[in-house]
Amino acid sequence: MTALSVEGLEKTFDVHVLDDTQVVGLDGVSFDVREGEFLAVVGESGSGKSSLLKCLYRTYDPTAGSVRYYGAEDEETVDLASCGDRTVMGLRGDAIGYTSQFLDEIPRVPAVDVVARPLVEQGTPTEAARDRARELLDALSVPEALWDAYPATFSGGERQRVNLAQALAPDPDLLLLDEPTSALDPETRRDAIDLLETSLGDGTTVVGVFHDTDVVAAVADRVVVLDDGALEAVLPVEAFDGEVGR
Amino acid sequence: MTLLEASGVETLYGPGCPDCRDATGDRAGTNQCPHCGTVVACAEADLDVEGGEVLGIVGESGSGKSSLAEALALERDPEATVGGEVSYAGHDGNLLDVDYQTRHDLRTGDISLVHQHVRDGLDLEFTGGGNVAEKLLSAGWRSYEDVRARVRELFEETEIPVARMDDPTRTYSGGMQRRVQIARALATDPDLVVLDEPTTGLDVSVQARVLDTFRRVQREEGVAAIVVSHDLGVVRLLADRTLVMRHGRIVESGLTDRVMEDPHHEYTQTLINSVL
Repeated sequence: MTALSVEGLEKTFDVHVLDDTQVVGLDGVSFDVREGEFLAVVGESGSGKSSLLKCLYRTYDPTAGSVRYYGAEDEETVDLASCGDRTVMGLRGDAIGYTSQFLDEIPRVPAVDVVARPLVEQGTPTEAARDRARELLDALSVPEALWDAYPATFSGGERQRVNLAQALAPDPDLLLLDEPTSALDPETRRDAIDLLETSLGDGTTVVGVFHDTDVVAAVADRVVVLDDGALEAVLPVEAFDGEVGR
Repeated sequence: MTLLEASGVETLYGPGCPDCRDATGDRAGTNQCPHCGTVVACAEADLDVEGGEVLGIVGESGSGKSSLAEALALERDPEATVGGEVSYAGHDGNLLDVDYQTRHDLRTGDISLVHQHVRDGLDLEFTGGGNVAEKLLSAGWRSYEDVRARVRELFEETEIPVARMDDPTRTYSGGMQRRVQIARALATDPDLVVLDEPTTGLDVSVQARVLDTFRRVQREEGVAAIVVSHDLGVVRLLADRTLVMRHGRIVESGLTDRVMEDPHHEYTQTLINSVL
C-alpha cells in the first residue's frame, strides 16, 4: 500500500532581501512511498534533500504540486502540500514526526525530558514517558550520567542521539529524518541504525536524508536520488552504487 | 473548537478620520494618519484561536502587537478607541461591546492577561499569595481555606517557594514575580491567557525556566494562549502558529516553524535575518 504520494512538487523561494531573487529548491519532484518502507533521499549538497523533507512536513510551503498522505485506513486522504495549518498541527501531534540534524533544545530541560516531551504532549503520564525516554537513550548509548543533564553542554554526537530518541519516542506512522546520523562516530552510528531498523519492524514508514552511504545501504529499501532540485532516479537499494550526482 | 474569533480589530489613538485606515499600514509604511495625526496602533486584524492552542504575535516595537493583544484580552485604555468584532466560545455577541459587569466577569474568569510590566499586574506591597488570592476573591471565592489551598497549589504548579507565600511581593526576585503573575493569571482556570512580553526584565537564564514552566502548565491544563514578544526565540519555543505585525497590520501568519524557516513577506525575511 502507498503511504505517501508526491506529485510534481515544486518549491521556489522569493528572496525579497536579495532584490526579489527566485531560488529554486525543488523542481517538479514525483515519487511514491510504500507503507512501512524505508526510503533514503540522497544527493549532493544543495540538491534539495532538506527542502523536500521540509515540504513534506510543511515547514516549507510548497509552491506547486501535491503530497497525498493516506494515513490510517479509515481516515481521509490529506494533501500535505495544501491542507490547512490546523490539519498539519493535528498530524504532527502523533502521525508524522520530523527531526533535523540539529537538536531543537529547550534551555534548562534535561535530556530525559526533552525526549519524553512529545509523549507527554500526547497525553502519556510523565513517569511512563520518562521510562520510554530512558529506554531510547540507553539503546542509543547515551551515557546514563547525561540523562538528567542539559543537552546544551553535550557533544555534537550526544545531542544528535538525544534528537533521534526524541523523534522515535512518539512512534509516528511516518518519520521524516534529516541527516540524523551526520555527527555520529561509526560505533554510535551502528546503534542508531539498529534502533532505526527496530522502529521499521514496527511498521513505521521512514523518509530519511542521509549523507553516509553505509547507512543507506544498511537501512534503506529504496533510494531517491535528487540532483539540482530535480528527481534523478528512484532505485532499489541493491542498485544504488553510492554515487550521488554526476 | 474555535475559542476566540476576531475580525477587523483596531485600536486608534486620536480623533480618527475616514482616511486613517487607507493612509496607514504596511504599504503606507506608517501607522500614523497623515491627514489627522491619529496613530492607528492596529487595524484590520483578523485571527482565530482554538482551544489549547498557542498563538504567537511578533513584530518590532510599535508594530501594534501589544495593542492587538490588549484588545483581545479586553483590556481598556481610556485614551484609545477600539473597534472590530471579537467573539468568544460560550458568549453571545461582540465582546468589544459588552457592559462593565460582563467584561469584569470574563476577565476574572475565562480570559487572563499577564502584563508586560510586573507593576501593572501586581501590587508589590501585597504578599505574593495575596496577589493571587485577590484574583480568586474578585471571581467570587469566599472560603479562606479554599483560597489558601488554591494559592498553595498554584505556587507549587508554577514553582514558587510556598514558604515565601506571605512575604511582600517586592521582596521576590524578578523571575518569582513573573511566576506570581502567571499563577494569578491561571488562578481561575481560564480558557485563554494573553502574555505580553513574558520575558521582559528577566535574565536569560531565568527566562528559559519561566517559559518552560508556562509551557508545561499550558499543555497540562490545555489552556490556550496568545504570546506577544519581540523575541523570536520566545515565540518559537511556545507558539504553534505565529502572526507577524508591522505598522499596525498583520503582514504574515502561519505555522511557527514555517514563518521562521520559509518567511514569505519581505519584512518577515528581514526580521528573521536580524536575529543575533
